[in-house]
Amino acid sequence: MSEVAITQNPQLMEVNPPLVRAKDYHDLTEQISSIVEGDVIKTPRKYWITLGITSSITILLAAMLTYLVSTGIGVWGNNRPIGWAWDITNFVFWIGIGHAGTLISAILFLFRQKWRTSINRSAEAMTLFAVMCAGIFPLFHTGRPWRAYWLFPVPNTDLSMWQNFRSPLIWDVFAVSTYFTVSLLFWYTGLVPDLATLRDRAASKVRQVVFGILSLGWRGSARHWTNYEAAYLILAGISTPLVLSVHTIVSFDFATSVIPGWHTTIFPPYFVAGAIFSGFACVMTLLLIARWTLNLQNLITMKHLENMNKIILVTGSVVGYAYACEFFIAWYSGNIYERFTFWNRAFGPYWWAAWSMYTCNVFIPQLFWIKAMRRSIPVMFIISITTNIGMWFERFVIIVTSLHRDFLPSSWGYFRPTWVDICTFAGTIGLFLTLFLVFARFLPMIAISEVKGVLAYEKQLFKGQAVEVAAE
Amino acid sequence: MKLDPNAIREKLGIGEDKVYGVIGEFDDPHELVHAGRQIRQMGYTKLDAMTPFPVHGIEDALGIRRSILGWIVICVGLCGTATAFLLIWYCGAINDKFVIGGKPLFDFTFSIPIAFELTVLFSAFASFLGMWALNGLPRLYHPSMNYRDAHRASDDKFLLVIEADDPQFEARRAAEHLRSVGAGAVEVVEG
Repeated sequence: MSEVAITQNPQLMEVNPPLVRAKDYHDLTEQISSIVEGDVIKTPRKYWITLGITSSITILLAAMLTYLVSTGIGVWGNNRPIGWAWDITNFVFWIGIGHAGTLISAILFLFRQKWRTSINRSAEAMTLFAVMCAGIFPLFHTGRPWRAYWLFPVPNTDLSMWQNFRSPLIWDVFAVSTYFTVSLLFWYTGLVPDLATLRDRAASKVRQVVFGILSLGWRGSARHWTNYEAAYLILAGISTPLVLSVHTIVSFDFATSVIPGWHTTIFPPYFVAGAIFSGFACVMTLLLIARWTLNLQNLITMKHLENMNKIILVTGSVVGYAYACEFFIAWYSGNIYERFTFWNRAFGPYWWAAWSMYTCNVFIPQLFWIKAMRRSIPVMFIISITTNIGMWFERFVIIVTSLHRDFLPSSWGYFRPTWVDICTFAGTIGLFLTLFLVFARFLPMIAISEVKGVLAYEKQLFKGQAVEVAAE
Repeated sequence: MKLDPNAIREKLGIGEDKVYGVIGEFDDPHELVHAGRQIRQMGYTKLDAMTPFPVHGIEDALGIRRSILGWIVICVGLCGTATAFLLIWYCGAINDKFVIGGKPLFDFTFSIPIAFELTVLFSAFASFLGMWALNGLPRLYHPSMNYRDAHRASDDKFLLVIEADDPQFEARRAAEHLRSVGAGAVEVVEG
């Protein structure tokens, strides 16, 4: 990337290069809005081809779920002793991915990290879509999804009892449904000023009406912004403990049981770090594709990408520490079942899953210690994908290796996924990508009003110098 | 039922003889804050600004008070906490006394996760709905839309408004005042 020469404050530019490169506010509005404004028919053919592929995979998901419901849960490979197999692995995997969106939008907001503004909108959308994919698995794991209201304390005559509020499973129902609702409200709040921008630019009657309704009459009054910023701060403030609580409670599903390999106090922080790790990797994969196809290099700069890689390195190392700590405690506890589980995890029948996980999650991200690696787009793209493979294996390893050989050798088993398991998981990937593609085409994937705020700040910081668009 | 357009206009406070205020246009947020402060020093009290992003310092310049949203949220949030404890207590210890594993029917400790989640859920709804209520939104019409360049307030212009219900308001003088503090374009806007 060639940087534009700046005459004043060269040191400042060196240490702290601008995050937003745009001529003026109008230029920004134009760049981001034009992505979503073109004629639908004129959208490039490669978009429709990609959407066609992903929505076909989504149809596969619908077919698999129909087959599951009409036949029975036995079409999945779960069986004794591995009752929680692919479906719960996939549930934890998708929920974890969602966590990066909330981290970027809420926690980085509280820390006043200005670089978040270019990536928060798409990360929040990713959260919503990931949680939708996650919800499918426990819902269908119940076997009778039409009875899903039994999960909530809804008075009814066919259950004739209340939920067991001492169980982490009901806590999980509350945590995940609250998480989805709050993420949706947060995302929509952030979207309203941009929807007003689209309304004001709308050329067709349909767009005027649709964005007129969605933007709720927003006019950018100073009084509105005062209340808006208060609401945004509060939503960020409550989402921060919320996101930590969600994966904490997910880990309670395991940690409060007495299964060796699950019954550990390290689970909550270990799960949260892993969730952020996988989520950042997923944001990275999606952003690199969007940045390249939509030419957003001036808004999603190398600095944004490098910062994200640093977070991937930190959280990956925390996850590595947690693995080491689990092994140490297994040995130090002196408990033979605990020792056996961890020995079996690394060198038992599922050694290939465990070593895929160690390689992808702990060893490969260490490359990010080297600056050139943190700034290389092919390297970060590959690492973002291996990280997600590794994090999927982490959940698989935790669930399947802990369950497949428990206290009694007579009840040991070996889990193999069925074709329905595999196609259902592939289907959720299709659903996730379809939703993301539709979002990127019809809603501004960069928060226009927030990026303008950063541009105003940087204009002041660089003393009115033209911060020009840098050529890649 | 027959709708009388004049009665509706009267009710909404719109019509050809009504004036919403005078709007002055600026290109830069710092100019806007500076101008806003000067206009307020001239004695105007009913002021507003319309900007494409939150301009910090404008609340102070125009005398806009801090949002009371936080107080609403904490009250509703605590109702959420209470709802969770009452729900778990009523279901487990009053309505259906079902002993599981010899555990107590109700306890503070195992209620904490759900109490936390409901506090967050209620607070989120309070801040979302409360913010729209405090802003008087959603609404379909506002007189500021009659301004020629209103659509640029969500793009790249920073508008300063002297509203007509200001006791000191006199359209021509207000326009002159706005021009004197550096507004690029000034227009009297119909209500």
